[in-house]
Amino acid sequence: MAEIFVAKIAQFADGERRIVTDGKREIGVFHWRGAYYAYENLCLHQGGPACEGLLMHKVEDVIAPDRTWAGQRFSDCEIHFVCPWHGYEYDLKTGECAADRRLKLKRFEVLRRGEDLYVISD
Amino acid sequence: MDLPLSDFRQMAVEEFDTSKLLRHAAKQAQERGYRNFPIVDVDSHHYESESIGEILEYMDDPVLRQLALSAKQANAKSVGVLPAGVGYQDMGGRVTRYPLRRLEKTEAGVQRDIALTRRWMDAIGIDIAVMFPTPMLQLGLHPQVEVEVALARAYNRWLTERVLAHEPRIRSMLYLPFNDADASFRMVQEFGAAKGVVGFMVTSARYRPVHHNSYMRTYALLEEMGLPIAFHAGYNWDDRMVGLMNRFIAVHALGFAFYNMVHLANWITNGLPERFPKLKVLWIEGGLAWIPFMMQRFDNEYMMRSSEAPALKKPPSEYMREMYFSSQPMEMTDMAALEQTFRMIKAETQLLYSSDYPHWDFDLPSTIYDLPFLSEQAKRNILGGNAIRLFNLKLPAKKLATVA
Repeated sequence: MAEIFVAKIAQFADGERRIVTDGKREIGVFHWRGAYYAYENLCLHQGGPACEGLLMHKVEDVIAPDRTWAGQRFSDCEIHFVCPWHGYEYDLKTGECAADRRLKLKRFEVLRRGEDLYVISD
Repeated sequence: MDLPLSDFRQMAVEEFDTSKLLRHAAKQAQERGYRNFPIVDVDSHHYESESIGEILEYMDDPVLRQLALSAKQANAKSVGVLPAGVGYQDMGGRVTRYPLRRLEKTEAGVQRDIALTRRWMDAIGIDIAVMFPTPMLQLGLHPQVEVEVALARAYNRWLTERVLAHEPRIRSMLYLPFNDADASFRMVQEFGAAKGVVGFMVTSARYRPVHHNSYMRTYALLEEMGLPIAFHAGYNWDDRMVGLMNRFIAVHALGFAFYNMVHLANWITNGLPERFPKLKVLWIEGGLAWIPFMMQRFDNEYMMRSSEAPALKKPPSEYMREMYFSSQPMEMTDMAALEQTFRMIKAETQLLYSSDYPHWDFDLPSTIYDLPFLSEQAKRNILGGNAIRLFNLKLPAKKLATVA
């Protein structure tokens, strides 16, 4: 167990991310809508830096009550981070792969200590 | 550069560095010991559109050159003379190297394609890369045959003089302007012996049948020179059948297999393997899953309808097993199916690793190296040995890529 310093909380704006390392692996830490999330920065597909890509809301098909297709929209609440290598999308709040939720990135605990933010690596 | 996101936000990016993007690939290369054996990538790309000004300097026809130079200036969207079909390879910018590549800095005095290509080859652990263009993969759909011929020759002159002559780690199978059979023949005559040329490539998205008699002397010349011919897959959303699909995922998934399937069907049923028994044929960038389908489908029908493919002396799958296939984009979601595919195509001798880098669905060597059903020798064959044999490459004993 080791505590890895991430950032001064005051300097880590909502919507930003940090990539830290515990010496063995990289960990991506996100600040999103007041909460913090941390995952291993290693895509389950081919090992890309999954936490370093775009933050994109889930794309949704809009299906009308009569089951006709009425267009597309971005989700109001589900946000993904996208691996920049090949586009694998992960749910920012769970680390699950959006295309198949049985696949999950390794998750790390985030700890606030005073004005500082840490992740706990095992 | 600000990348547009799904809401009011934008992602500000100040710099882009391929080595940094691929640092996990470099770690894979180190962990798997790629320093111990050669890796040849038989299908990689550059963006010739970024050098179109230089390429047009090599275009002989003064009228076409002026037309192309003018179109380049007047048309901010594209370079004017290259067909630019609708498509979303970059997934709305999610694959960030597409928009960000223009930010990448390269060392002064080194041709930019060479500098960038060396950078990703070293990160991935690739010793030799066979490089192909990108927008020109659609050039077979150009409505003016003379433009395809003129651009192909200008590109081939530029590539051999500015790139291949200066970096022995980069090779190419040169563009054949296949809509003009005579020009294709002349292209092989003119460039077949040029430094770095390891064969010739036909872009598959086009509407000329490979069995037309006008091509036979080109195949004969390639066979005589010992140069392979490759068919590089592509899509064409303007094709009426492909146009039935409204999502790019479907256009890409089927499109990249479809044209190669048609050309392969014609190649086999017209008996071209019997007419050119020493001509080596390579099918590029269709993935692998379509091949077992073709083998089973055509073997089954051939046994009943051999009168319609009378030149064949054995079932179609046996000719296909003598052909070569590039690996990417390798379908990896069902390991048992993939193992069966490897068996059916005789992967140990016929499959050639390809990255397709920097395109969106590139494959690293680990996609081959980590397969649980391959021996170490089979892995090394697919990652390099088979290509060395096919292209008759002479490599030094020392690893060319910088792998820690």
